[in-house]
Amino acid sequence: MLQVENLHVYYGGIHALKGISLKVEKGQIVTLIGANGAGKTTTLRTIVGLVTPKEGSVIFNGEEIHKLKTHEIIRKGIGISPEGRRVFPNLTVMENLELGAYNRPPSEFQKDLDWVFSLFPRLAERKNQFAGTLSGGEQQMLALGRALMSRPNLVLLDEPSLGLAPLVVEEVFKTIQAINSQGSTILLVEQNAMAALNIAHYGYVLETGRVVLEGAGKELLEDERVRKAYLGE
Amino acid sequence: MTTKIFLQQLTNGISLGSLYGLVAIGYTMVYGILRLINFAHGDLLMVASYTAIYGIAMFTLPWYISFPLAIIVTGFVGIMLDKAAYKPLRDAPRISLLISAIGASFLLENLALVVIGGVPKAFPRPEIFAKVVSIHGVRIQVLTIYTPIITILLLFGLLFIVYRTKAGKAMRAASMDFETTRLMGIDLDRIIAFTFLLGSTMAGAGGIMWALKYPQVNPFMGVIPGLKAFIAAVLGGIGNIVGAVIGGFLLGLAEILLVAFMPEAAQYRDAFAFVILILVLLFRPTGIMGEPIVDKT
Repeated sequence: MLQVENLHVYYGGIHALKGISLKVEKGQIVTLIGANGAGKTTTLRTIVGLVTPKEGSVIFNGEEIHKLKTHEIIRKGIGISPEGRRVFPNLTVMENLELGAYNRPPSEFQKDLDWVFSLFPRLAERKNQFAGTLSGGEQQMLALGRALMSRPNLVLLDEPSLGLAPLVVEEVFKTIQAINSQGSTILLVEQNAMAALNIAHYGYVLETGRVVLEGAGKELLEDERVRKAYLGE
Repeated sequence: MTTKIFLQQLTNGISLGSLYGLVAIGYTMVYGILRLINFAHGDLLMVASYTAIYGIAMFTLPWYISFPLAIIVTGFVGIMLDKAAYKPLRDAPRISLLISAIGASFLLENLALVVIGGVPKAFPRPEIFAKVVSIHGVRIQVLTIYTPIITILLLFGLLFIVYRTKAGKAMRAASMDFETTRLMGIDLDRIIAFTFLLGSTMAGAGGIMWALKYPQVNPFMGVIPGLKAFIAAVLGGIGNIVGAVIGGFLLGLAEILLVAFMPEAAQYRDAFAFVILILVLLFRPTGIMGEPIVDKT
């Protein structure tokens, strides 16, 4: 479904991605793990066209998308919950979800909304509240729900567990699994390597802009290098 | 001062203030989304006025076609202004945008000076606006009554667009966070263009009414009303549409009442407006309705 090949990205003089390649197959959860500054978020930002790669390509459903503008890429069927959640604080929960559905036919809106509310009942309770007044966990749910409102083929999640209490983190990961089991393909960027690898079919370990290790989620969990570097053993 | 004169001045103040408010809407909308004071905005009054004059004089259109047409043309001039002067600078530091705005303003003024000439043109005043009615002995030109009514109607139309339509929601999202707006699959440049279209349309309507009120049109006619409207926008709380109109009403009233109570100070009315600006900036920089504005990155 998504194929990233030999991606090179520069920020000014800094070589941030040094030839990243990865693949996401339909129906999978694929995770990118790694420390701060490894290039995980940059990879996602490049996929959605917020950053232009100097070299390499991004192919989505057989089509090169790395030369398109962000809104055009999103319209191909990609939904994203960005790093730091980025809900629109002065808009209501409902308005945030409506913006997620910006390019959907209005006739589908109610159905999509019911689906998202079934995944996140809390959002239904708070639909008229300003997004800025939600708790961190609720904002994450909203960011996820907003991404799903476009009924994307591929969902990109950037650090959904960041800054959340452990119990809430657990809930978030359960929801991600639930969304996946209902048919969504997911590319998950996480610092919480343990939780991410636990639910992922396949994982990539990034270090200073390179993929240093890849494999099935469970395999990586067993891998000694991963355990040492990311699971604190 | 008799009650009659006072009431007369009061209606004048409301009428003038509503014009300021109408033009202030454009400043505040563009500021809300680009964090830019669009200094060329006032010149759109001049664009609208000349377009209306030429519509009537050259194409012999009746006023009820020429005026709306001029307003629409002004809306599109606003879009072109964004495309030419601001869009190439989307990622540039904000000071570059500001300089570009000042440049665009000079360009419009001087273009008009070269093409049309500096001799003021008379603005055709249809009888329907020039009529004078007498209400309990207070004699008022009907235009003075129409102006605030038209302003309020336009304000409600605009609020409907901003708060009830999809494009309006996208505009409000863009005023908070460009990047996330694009991540919703929204074409940001179209939303910005739409913002300029709406703001400039309001300026167009304001320009026509201004020219009806002061029927002498010259290339620099937009400068002072533009600056006053900018003050109104700051007074109301820049970024806030309702605030802009309230700021406009207050400024117009303050100005007219100054003239009414202290006729000897009449020649200082422009200076008075700027004193208000300075006071607002010193003591309440967020204006009447404004909330602290987050610095967008």
